[in-house]
Amino acid sequence: MREVAIVAFAQTRHTSHDTGLSEPELIRPVIEEVKERTGLSRFGFTCSGSCDYLAGAPFSFVSALDALGAWPPISESHVEMDGAWALYEAWVRLQHGDIDSALVYGFGKSSLGDLRTIATLQLDPYYLAPLGLDLLSLAALQAAAVGAERKELDDIVRRSRADGRANPYALDLPDPDPDSDPGGDHAVRPLLTTDVPPVTDGAAAVVLATGDLARRLCPNPAYVRGIAHRIEPHYPGMRDLAHSASAADAARAAGVGEGPVEVAELHAQFPHEEIILRRALDLREDTGVNPSGGPLAANPVMATGLIRIGEAARPILDGSARRTVGHAAGGPCLQHNLVTVLEA
Amino acid sequence: MPSEPPAARHVLEFPGGYTRTTGPVIGRFLSELRARRIVGVRTAEGRVLVPPLEYDPGTGDPVTGEYVQVGPAGTVTTCAWVDEPLEGHPLDRPFAWALIALDGADTALLHAVDAGNPKAIATGTRVWPVWSERPTGNVTDLSHFVPEVTKIVAPVRAEYRLRAGGALGVFLAGVERGVLLGGRCQSCEKVYVPYRLSCPECGTAIGEPVELPGTGTVTTFAINNLPDPRAPQVPFVSAYILLDGADIPMIALVGDVPAHEVRHGMRVRAVWVPTEERTASMTNIRWFAPTGEPDVEL
Amino acid sequence: MGNRCAVIGVGQTRYTTKRRDVSMAGLVREAALRALEDAGLTFKDIDAVVIGKAPDLFEGVMMPEAYLADALGAAGKPMMRVHTAGSVGGSTALAGASLVQGGVHERVLVVAYEKQSESNATWALSTHLPFSASLVVGAGGYFAPHIRDYIRRSGAPGHIGTLVAVKDRRNALKNPYAHLKIPGIDRKMVESTPMLWEPIRYLETCPSSDGACAMVLAAESAVTGTPAWLHGTAMRSEPIFRAGRDTVSPRAGIDCAADVYRQAGITDPRRQIDVAEVYVPFSWYEPMWLENLGFAAEGEGWKLTESGATALDGDIPWNASGGVLSSNPIGASGLIRFAEAAQQVRGLAGDHQVDGARTALGHAYGGGAQFFAMWIVARERP
Repeated sequence: MREVAIVAFAQTRHTSHDTGLSEPELIRPVIEEVKERTGLSRFGFTCSGSCDYLAGAPFSFVSALDALGAWPPISESHVEMDGAWALYEAWVRLQHGDIDSALVYGFGKSSLGDLRTIATLQLDPYYLAPLGLDLLSLAALQAAAVGAERKELDDIVRRSRADGRANPYALDLPDPDPDSDPGGDHAVRPLLTTDVPPVTDGAAAVVLATGDLARRLCPNPAYVRGIAHRIEPHYPGMRDLAHSASAADAARAAGVGEGPVEVAELHAQFPHEEIILRRALDLREDTGVNPSGGPLAANPVMATGLIRIGEAARPILDGSARRTVGHAAGGPCLQHNLVTVLEA
Repeated sequence: MPSEPPAARHVLEFPGGYTRTTGPVIGRFLSELRARRIVGVRTAEGRVLVPPLEYDPGTGDPVTGEYVQVGPAGTVTTCAWVDEPLEGHPLDRPFAWALIALDGADTALLHAVDAGNPKAIATGTRVWPVWSERPTGNVTDLSHFVPEVTKIVAPVRAEYRLRAGGALGVFLAGVERGVLLGGRCQSCEKVYVPYRLSCPECGTAIGEPVELPGTGTVTTFAINNLPDPRAPQVPFVSAYILLDGADIPMIALVGDVPAHEVRHGMRVRAVWVPTEERTASMTNIRWFAPTGEPDVEL
Repeated sequence: MGNRCAVIGVGQTRYTTKRRDVSMAGLVREAALRALEDAGLTFKDIDAVVIGKAPDLFEGVMMPEAYLADALGAAGKPMMRVHTAGSVGGSTALAGASLVQGGVHERVLVVAYEKQSESNATWALSTHLPFSASLVVGAGGYFAPHIRDYIRRSGAPGHIGTLVAVKDRRNALKNPYAHLKIPGIDRKMVESTPMLWEPIRYLETCPSSDGACAMVLAAESAVTGTPAWLHGTAMRSEPIFRAGRDTVSPRAGIDCAADVYRQAGITDPRRQIDVAEVYVPFSWYEPMWLENLGFAAEGEGWKLTESGATALDGDIPWNASGGVLSSNPIGASGLIRFAEAAQQVRGLAGDHQVDGARTALGHAYGGGAQFFAMWIVARERP
């Protein structure tokens, strides 16, 4: 495959509430930042990811185009998926060989509605949505299927929040305090409210460039050595919720196991998802998981997955790591998984 | 500081609801459900999918046309507990979501289980369906599941008509007119209250009733934190009260004093309900209240 | 343009107001299974699935690719969901083709659908957000002013739109999948229908349809059956609120056509292209796009329409299938254009086949005429 690298990554300072900024206003600064960092103002291809139902209106991506300075007209597409899949589409487009750069962005404002119940709309409209199954109920079922020890889950939450407090782009969330509430405050059992990712508004942008251009633009490009994604059957009763076959398949196809992984940024919105994904990706104990704090510290839906890839690129861009993994997920209960391996 | 931007509510709701055509497979399942049967469909490989899909989820191949009745009971494979149901949930009280492997099915159905409390459901729990009263051909015609019957609650009730005769009749007649009656053993001279006909200790007959005063001393007591219909509030005190002149304490409420101020040796007096409310029952004494006299050394 | 890619299978459902007999999964499977059958393949032979549709509000299912994944045999495979407004069907074909052109996959299934009867398109397109600065009026209300502007600029006589409405519906009578079939349709009938958004009359607008369309795309090494080879693929987008935007002949359309023609070696589209399937949801868009796509000079498009050149027996037939004016499951409408272009060069278009068609244009547009997707397919290998 043609050599493609991440040469720039930018994200908003995510907020837990609606600041009143429109989506183009949210996106514009991160686009400006990656343009400034690369010195590029035009890209061979542009692709974005967002969701109409988060915005509460059709065509949420249309006005976003106004934030890009898309004139003269640009070669552009949009996925109704997390921005990580926009990055995938851009990576594929760069394989054609006729262009050498791509701009990718993802954005979402989950503060506008009740994400927990809006997620119900994504389910099988005949068998699942009529039951009113919500995001937390499904996550709780998967958590029950995993059956992890409470301490292990709490440790993941504590570590994620502490890392998030050290990350200027993530939210400042307090350590969960088991002493103040020994029984635990259950969202839907066995999920505790501290297991639930924060409502977050935010956006992120990535610039991809092919070999020669990448080296010109950036001292330490993060080369995409492998990228793959897989989906599995939708209905939770027709798959094994305790394991992620699709994440394991994607990891194999991306070549995660072909070398040591220093950092893995996983799109684990709940602590039990981190456990499932660690196993699926067959990560070793010495792999640092979600040093950014991960989705438990900032979860701007539709950008969260793209941010994982950006955060996995960051230590390579700054020269502190040589091989990292970025992961993104979509659909209920980790139905769809994308894995990318980045190398210095 | 810039002022808060204006905010407004925005609702997306297609008037009347989306009209979903079901196709043959989902339609069959929902029709069977309306008739209170649960069916699955057989795949080419022989597995039974419940709920039935038009395709094998693993391969995308069309399923066979063979429908198989499954359940109605099944076994929980995974469950989660909702303490606070949302508006759209099937039940308005705490319930479980469960993946249920219905008998005869190779996949699990996701539905709600009304288990009462989270301890009543776990992997392996057997559950049975409860049907909605007015089926309409929706997945919610299967209202929810409930745990299999492993015990029954058997209300047993028998009705009687009792008379307070004998010594009790004498005592309650006293209470009705606002007097506590006891009786002295003619052998050991102990005074028993309520009035009785023989001495529990020596078996000697007890003579005529004696009137006891409504005052006494708290010998011991309990502070109760569980509500009781007879108690004025929670916490409340139930105390052993040794009436003046009696040798055996009675159990009664202590009132008109904060529970934590009740003491051993506290002097109390019966608080009677007004004369016009009195009946031949102990409810005539509302409770005992402190007299304010110095405590008695016990 | 990357590796060679060909269309080797096409499947369509019949298009109709309400498909009462199928579920959403049943609808997309009907198209997908027909495309696979056309290619002589099964789901097992497919490496990846790309699905496209217009706004999720039409069916009230958010990101339905999650629910439809296993219905399309995608379990264990990569699946993508494209959404670029009305052009989405075209973008879906291009996203699928890109996977082959980029050398990532050998065989890709692309599917686009809409089940508009589950709700109401005007409702879904006119959700009134609080604090919206612009007036939301639905598609007809949005495009009518641009059409009026075209008529003013070009001096086109008022009946040109009527001619297109009649021509496309006559073509639809030859297409077994078409939704609107109006035997005996003529100018008088169209002109007797009410003005909806002047200058657009009722019969000059597209219907609301249920339907799905699918294609199997293959790398050169994986071609089975009769291929339609891709000679050019392009997409362009421009911002909707750009001051001074030409909304009659948007620059993004001109640039997109120039890109796809350059790849395919086309310098004179009217002469070199044998048949075009172009996204014409309101009749007047035929003369407008004739100019935008370089088939006629500026201000001359209506003359081509009037001359009959775009009719099935003209020298450059446009929308031999009946086009969007005859069938419009919105999310699929663009993919149908791309698929019908492929069917023409494969020689499999049936009664509406254009004799000897060797090179065809597939076109889709969306948003405020700001998103464009196009491809050129041909009988010969590039």
